[in-house]
Amino acid sequence: MEEVKLLGTWASAFSYRVLWALKLKGVQYEYVEEDLFNKSELLLRCNPVHKKIPVLIHGGKPIAESAVILEYIEEIWPQNPLLPQDPYERTLARFWIKFGEDKFPIFYKFFHSVGEEQVKATKEAKELLKVIEEHGLGEKKYFGGDNIGLTDIAYGWIACWLGVLAEAAGVQLLDAESFPKLQAWADRFKEVPLIKDNLPDPDQMLNYFKLRREQLVASATS
Amino acid sequence: MGEENKVVLHGMWISPYSKRVELALKFKGIPFEYVEEDLQNKSPQLLQYNPVHKKVPVLVHNGKPIAESIVILEYIDETWKNQPRFLPQDPYKRAKVRFWTSFVQQQLCESLLTVIKTDGEVQQKAFGNLFEKLEVLEEGIKEIFPDGNPCIGNYNIGLLDLVMLSMFSPNNKIQEEVFGMKIIDPEKTPLIFSWLTVLHQLPLVKESTPPDDKVVAIFKFVRENALKSSLA
Repeated sequence: MEEVKLLGTWASAFSYRVLWALKLKGVQYEYVEEDLFNKSELLLRCNPVHKKIPVLIHGGKPIAESAVILEYIEEIWPQNPLLPQDPYERTLARFWIKFGEDKFPIFYKFFHSVGEEQVKATKEAKELLKVIEEHGLGEKKYFGGDNIGLTDIAYGWIACWLGVLAEAAGVQLLDAESFPKLQAWADRFKEVPLIKDNLPDPDQMLNYFKLRREQLVASATS
Repeated sequence: MGEENKVVLHGMWISPYSKRVELALKFKGIPFEYVEEDLQNKSPQLLQYNPVHKKVPVLVHNGKPIAESIVILEYIDETWKNQPRFLPQDPYKRAKVRFWTSFVQQQLCESLLTVIKTDGEVQQKAFGNLFEKLEVLEEGIKEIFPDGNPCIGNYNIGLLDLVMLSMFSPNNKIQEEVFGMKIIDPEKTPLIFSWLTVLHQLPLVKESTPPDDKVVAIFKFVRENALKSSLA
């Protein structure tokens, strides 16, 4: 069995995607917490292009970019498949994973902005949530159908991070009234045992993101 | 064409995203019907097939639509398993190809589009960004071409090739006319230059490349429109 190492950070949704996929597949791995203000030699060597986490190191070989890592995990450890068997369904899963990746900067904008800009960014984020709810999730229990799959994992940040980010930034985003199906999915996702047991501490998260928000506002208004 | 394998591509002749799918189908020898979309007047079918983005390309296979060029390319490779295979068999090598494809798509293409659509300081900054990213790619593809310069004989076209060749060419003449400088400089990024030269000489690519003056005209058109709307 080749050694598996995950370089990540405790507050990163991207880091958790990889962690969840490994756990769902029952893969043994060593977790290394990175200090993003003092990145390790290993991280810089393994991801020289982006210098970011998460990085998966399998048998000494590094893989970067969470979406790429998720596909790799799915291919190497086929047990408990997280992508549909049918090529068309698999393609739809990939479409939605890509949608989330491409739109993430737009989503995240509300957290970085203030005043008018934040109002606009919040509105745009809500429009994206609506698209995801109507076209991506629809009437399904999970994005993956009856069980969670890679798409659910990729959107896990909506279920587990968005609320904290919104609270820290003083906005309201996902609520049951405006997004009944998406909220219901988020609640279900957080109850999946392996997910529930592998989430960062919510109080710690709120403190961390409140601090980040203060720093961002200070530099935005200075 | 039998109904069991009906393939329709909704595209636009100058869209690089559309081009890469068109070429993918041609390289695999997959018969398809092509529908040229007027992006100022999109067909109701396109809007129905791609309600999320309302963009080309869209591939429709036996009535089922797929959008997003890279997603489409992976679908083509998984559904038609004949040569050329767009992704290697080995999972680690596949991860490398996906990593660099994502880099080209997200970092390089975006920088290039900013360069095309802006001027002044914003454009200067975008140029800097683009050249920086090209250098990173130059370094990165050394592991894909460990023997140095790629050569044309029996070249197995893949995902990264299709994405790259549809956005970039070694045609310095066009670049100099549109941008006033070389984008793919044989001196600054020799490996990328020779790689693109090989790709653009492949017969199927050559025959689907529009003439230089048409390409220049469309670049200038896109640029003028973008600059006009940014002033509005």
